[in-house]
Amino acid sequence: MKVLIRHQKREVEVQGARRVRELLVELGINPESVLVIRGATLLTHDARVADEDTVELRPVVSGGSSARTGGIA
Amino acid sequence: MRCQKEKCTAGATVEIRRHHTAFCNEHFLEFFERQVARAIEHERMFTRDDRVLVAVSGGKDSLALWDVLRRLGYQTTGLYINLGIGEYSAESQRKSVAYAEAQQAELVLADIPATYGMGVEAFARATGRVSCSACGLSKRYLFNKVARDGGFTVVATGHNLDDEAAVLLGNLLHWQTEYLARQAPVLDSTHPALVRKVKPFFRIAERETAAYAIIRGIDYILDECPNSVGARSLLYKEALNVLEQAAPGTKQSLYWGFLERGRPLVQGQDNVDLRACLHCGQPTTGEVCAFCRMTERAAERMRLRRAGAAAISPASTS
Repeated sequence: MKVLIRHQKREVEVQGARRVRELLVELGINPESVLVIRGATLLTHDARVADEDTVELRPVVSGGSSARTGGIA
Repeated sequence: MRCQKEKCTAGATVEIRRHHTAFCNEHFLEFFERQVARAIEHERMFTRDDRVLVAVSGGKDSLALWDVLRRLGYQTTGLYINLGIGEYSAESQRKSVAYAEAQQAELVLADIPATYGMGVEAFARATGRVSCSACGLSKRYLFNKVARDGGFTVVATGHNLDDEAAVLLGNLLHWQTEYLARQAPVLDSTHPALVRKVKPFFRIAERETAAYAIIRGIDYILDECPNSVGARSLLYKEALNVLEQAAPGTKQSLYWGFLERGRPLVQGQDNVDLRACLHCGQPTTGEVCAFCRMTERAAERMRLRRAGAAAISPASTS
């Protein structure tokens, strides 16, 4: 299957059907940090993905401001 | 995995491990909107009589916030601030404007380079701040200024549970008690010129705001700000995600536990006397606010540089 890893701006080819959870472990990606999308559908970690699938790993972690509070200027 | 909503037979699309549940698209949206509504009501953030200024960046959290507040029937106007960070700012503005146009929602644009002659990175260079500091200061200033000038009663930002937990971790690691005292989902107005600020997503994880945006078909910017590379807050989020993966509910326990049991211990340590800035009238602890000091110093640097270039230029051409 084709796996598009958005935040790393790369695409990898993975052979063989497996569960999403196993795919993420193999790719060394923390499941908390991404959503897994096939077509327009979100997949839970127990969903199975097959050889013919194209899967997107969409990062969910954003931000980076040094702001410690939402205080005054 | 099946949707856990009673009587639903659809397959689950979003798993929420800290609540030991999972939902299909329809019931996830229902769960999400209920969580936001409950946060707003429980924390008395605002009512349907308030005019809410929603700070939007073109990212998933702020556009999801604007979307859900509109669906819940609140009076909202978006505020997009052009920070002048090259293509990143251009793309995030396009996403914000596209959302507003598609929804026929009112969007206010504040343009820092057009107003102050330079963007936040130039502010940072001219004043020796790091970019994120100049950016955060500029946003806080403009949120309040635009809200106050426009007669809005509250400013809402898309900070989520992960953001708040990461900030809390950073403040705890350095025992920043003054910052700890100010960390809350509602920052009340403590000066006539200071507009109330709220974070309706403080109960909701970052995975869930992203899932909401995707299910609703919201087109948000995927790229991160180029200045956020290596930011400490991202390191804290990564560390918290390792803990969350091993023990679901860790982030919620950390932040909600702080609000319930930790914050009362440090409350009052942030007591400051606010007054109106002598230059702009915005609330500040000193005579001139940090934003005016930063922009005035940056403008002076630019004026001196231009004067220097003009002085050299005739001699070199003569």
